[in-house]
Amino acid sequence: MLDISEIKVIEHDVLIVGAGGAGLSAAIEASAQGMSTGIVMKSLLGKAHTVMAEGGMAAALANVDERDHWKIHFRDTMRGGKFLNNWRMAELHAKMAPDRVRLLEEWGAVFDRTKNGLINQRNFGGHRYPRLAHVGDRTGLEMIRTLQDHGVHQGIQAYMECTALDLLKNEQGDVCGIVCMWRETGAFTIFKAKSIIFATGGGGKAWEVTSNSWEYTGDGYALAYEAGAELMDLEFNQFHPTGMVWPLSVKGTLVTESVRGEGGLLLNNKGERFMFNYIPDRFKSETAETEEEAARWLAGDPNAKRPPELLTRDVVARAINDEVKAGRGSEHGGAYLNIATQRTAEDIKKKLPSMYHQFKVLAELDITKEPMEVGPTCHYFMGGIKVDANTTMTSVPGLFACGECAAGLHGANRLGGNSLSDLLVFGFLSGNNAAEYAKNKEHSDFDKEHVSKIIRNATDILNREKGANPYLLHEDLENNMQKNVGIIRSKEELEVGISELEKIKSSYKNVKAKGASQFNPGWHEALSLRNLLIVSEAVAKAALLREESRGAHTRADFPGEQKDWLNYNIVTSKGQDGKMKLSKVARPEPDAELKRIARSSIEDLEKEVARERTQS
Amino acid sequence: MAKRTFNIYRGDQNHGDLVSFETEVKEGMVVLDVIHKIQAESANDMAVRWNCKAGKCGSCSVEINGKPKLSCMTRMNEYGEDEIITITPLKTFPIIKDLVTDVSWNYTQNERIKPIKLAPEAKTDKGYVMYQKDVDRVQEFRKCIECYLCQDVCHILRDHDKKDEFIGPRFMIRVASLEMHPLDIEDRIPELKEDYGSGMCNITRCCTAVCPEHINLTDNGIIPLKERVVDRYYDPLTILWRKMFGNKKKKLPPIKK
Repeated sequence: MLDISEIKVIEHDVLIVGAGGAGLSAAIEASAQGMSTGIVMKSLLGKAHTVMAEGGMAAALANVDERDHWKIHFRDTMRGGKFLNNWRMAELHAKMAPDRVRLLEEWGAVFDRTKNGLINQRNFGGHRYPRLAHVGDRTGLEMIRTLQDHGVHQGIQAYMECTALDLLKNEQGDVCGIVCMWRETGAFTIFKAKSIIFATGGGGKAWEVTSNSWEYTGDGYALAYEAGAELMDLEFNQFHPTGMVWPLSVKGTLVTESVRGEGGLLLNNKGERFMFNYIPDRFKSETAETEEEAARWLAGDPNAKRPPELLTRDVVARAINDEVKAGRGSEHGGAYLNIATQRTAEDIKKKLPSMYHQFKVLAELDITKEPMEVGPTCHYFMGGIKVDANTTMTSVPGLFACGECAAGLHGANRLGGNSLSDLLVFGFLSGNNAAEYAKNKEHSDFDKEHVSKIIRNATDILNREKGANPYLLHEDLENNMQKNVGIIRSKEELEVGISELEKIKSSYKNVKAKGASQFNPGWHEALSLRNLLIVSEAVAKAALLREESRGAHTRADFPGEQKDWLNYNIVTSKGQDGKMKLSKVARPEPDAELKRIARSSIEDLEKEVARERTQS
Repeated sequence: MAKRTFNIYRGDQNHGDLVSFETEVKEGMVVLDVIHKIQAESANDMAVRWNCKAGKCGSCSVEINGKPKLSCMTRMNEYGEDEIITITPLKTFPIIKDLVTDVSWNYTQNERIKPIKLAPEAKTDKGYVMYQKDVDRVQEFRKCIECYLCQDVCHILRDHDKKDEFIGPRFMIRVASLEMHPLDIEDRIPELKEDYGSGMCNITRCCTAVCPEHINLTDNGIIPLKERVVDRYYDPLTILWRKMFGNKKKKLPPIKK
């Protein structure tokens, strides 16, 4: 029997798991509310996945196009999400984003500027106006560094290279702590907290071709699920249309949407701008009809409509996929993305410096002279832990979630740029509400047996004599998800995928990590594999249940949106029998005014906003 | 493609050796790919840090054939076909295990630097007003991905181990990014001289040479900061001026509506 009393216990009022944009925003706010705040992270501070975000953060600042307004941002978000978004979250996001972006500037962020000295904004897919506050193509770095440098002066305790293993609950079933492992030593620790915020990001590491790093193993989803929380919308996995496809060792690495925002063209191997052939009816009236009109839009003509390259990500990713399947793909099985003919070399280096550098070094290709080759790469989870829109609390009392690991804001498809603003807005709301919750609470006792069980599960992986190699199991998982739960899905493939998952799950019971507990990546891999397997199963089963194609979820056997499915979310939780339980849950009727705004024609809404502006 | 030989440091601060591995190298691979391949094939518990694999997070810093580099941005075809590649951890910091070092000292340096303080009069209801030409300079410094290669190569830290006297190039340019911010009104010049050790740097430019973000640390950051210290403490005219008109002399750009 394990001696629990020797394990170090650390107490905080509010504990945050994950130190990307959402986690740091939450920590800063919880600390500002006078809470003793700790933040646990798997990597070093400042290295979280937010750093990879390139394009910018969407906020209706109206610095570049003064017609912009929260209502139009809200409308764009709902349409991009195919109306499956949580209406209230989309409203809060659109309304609060501008102030949160300006606050970031106050904390030291140095955005690119307009001629008038204000925060500059760029065009992005699905956004009506130039809306993304940005710094070249390294906006995520700017965000995380700003929050980090501000955060270290706010009395927040940062616990680096520390992996969360499982949540602890008290007798009432409220969250009261979490068991973690220090990666450096392999030692365990217990954090006691009155409320816990998950800001753990997504689970894109389940796929072979992904823009996600090793950290993206769905820890938050799996830990919340194990603790009894509900997950939602997991069938919606965004495949970003433009990942690198060559060389193989960097397949999947992100190529920012800003390339298209700055005018980049998508071409097939016949040199055709194929996106003109893939404009969905819903977006016909807002998309350029000819190449000539698209060129006028790029030159700044306010009456010209947007080029089809800037349609939403789900549409562009499917189009590239179709072109490749039809034999019109690029040399290495993607599409050509050309910025060289659209902008001067100097402009490209100024606006897209890290893309220039990335291709120069990794692909030995000069993007100011030649087209890039790109193809879809797993990028983002729209779904996640189900939360209350106003408080961000999950279905487990005391557990909150924000950022990518929370569901709701983005519906069936996320617009580029809405993630960084999501982190700022909902990170803040989570920090604020978790602090409010903690103010009326005392620390409570945890179940010692549960702690022993969590630790034993972890150490068994090291202690068993022999067993499956975690790296190879992970590879099997990636191949299975790529092949059977990919960008285009069908009943047949999903069922194969689910049965393959069962096989991997049973091998996982015998997973063995070689070596000792000190900084052992094989062991870390094995620990996170449990989480990835839970997430993968939830994704595959939800994808099988949703018999329609909506946003990022495409079923070859059920093409097109089915009206009835608009009224349901798929909610996943752990049943009494320990098995995964999925249900179709009816969506509540949206607020009438929000519904009116989202369903307005763009012309009517623009007139309405202009009227409001002259009145005020 | 042929098998290649890699000598990789295995061990901790006190005990360790270069261990030889052989693996197949395919077209387009970077050194980090090789490390991962060896890890999966024959050294499951080999410790290495990495995250983004695209030169944006600064996690995978190591020394390759003695040169500080990001392993994710170092292509195998930079080396001769038969060349044996030696991969070791950053020399300036204590080794935790294999290729992972304890870089926590850097985080304590950052906390010593006074945070940004913007001139309140520059705030409008549309945010702060500053112009691109005024922010270009600090944007260069803000490209820093905190890979600590500059800290690793700096001879004051690496060879003389004077970590208690000099905060190192990374944090010199962090100070520069604040001091040269067009709207910042905080004063960090006294700390620069007394606490951060700006006088220690003798401008060998090694930090600039290894920076994967191509930040001109020395010429654009460190030298101007050293000049500000000299102006403040050693220039008789400035000393007289300060006695007459007070300390802070930052000029803010004009605000246009």
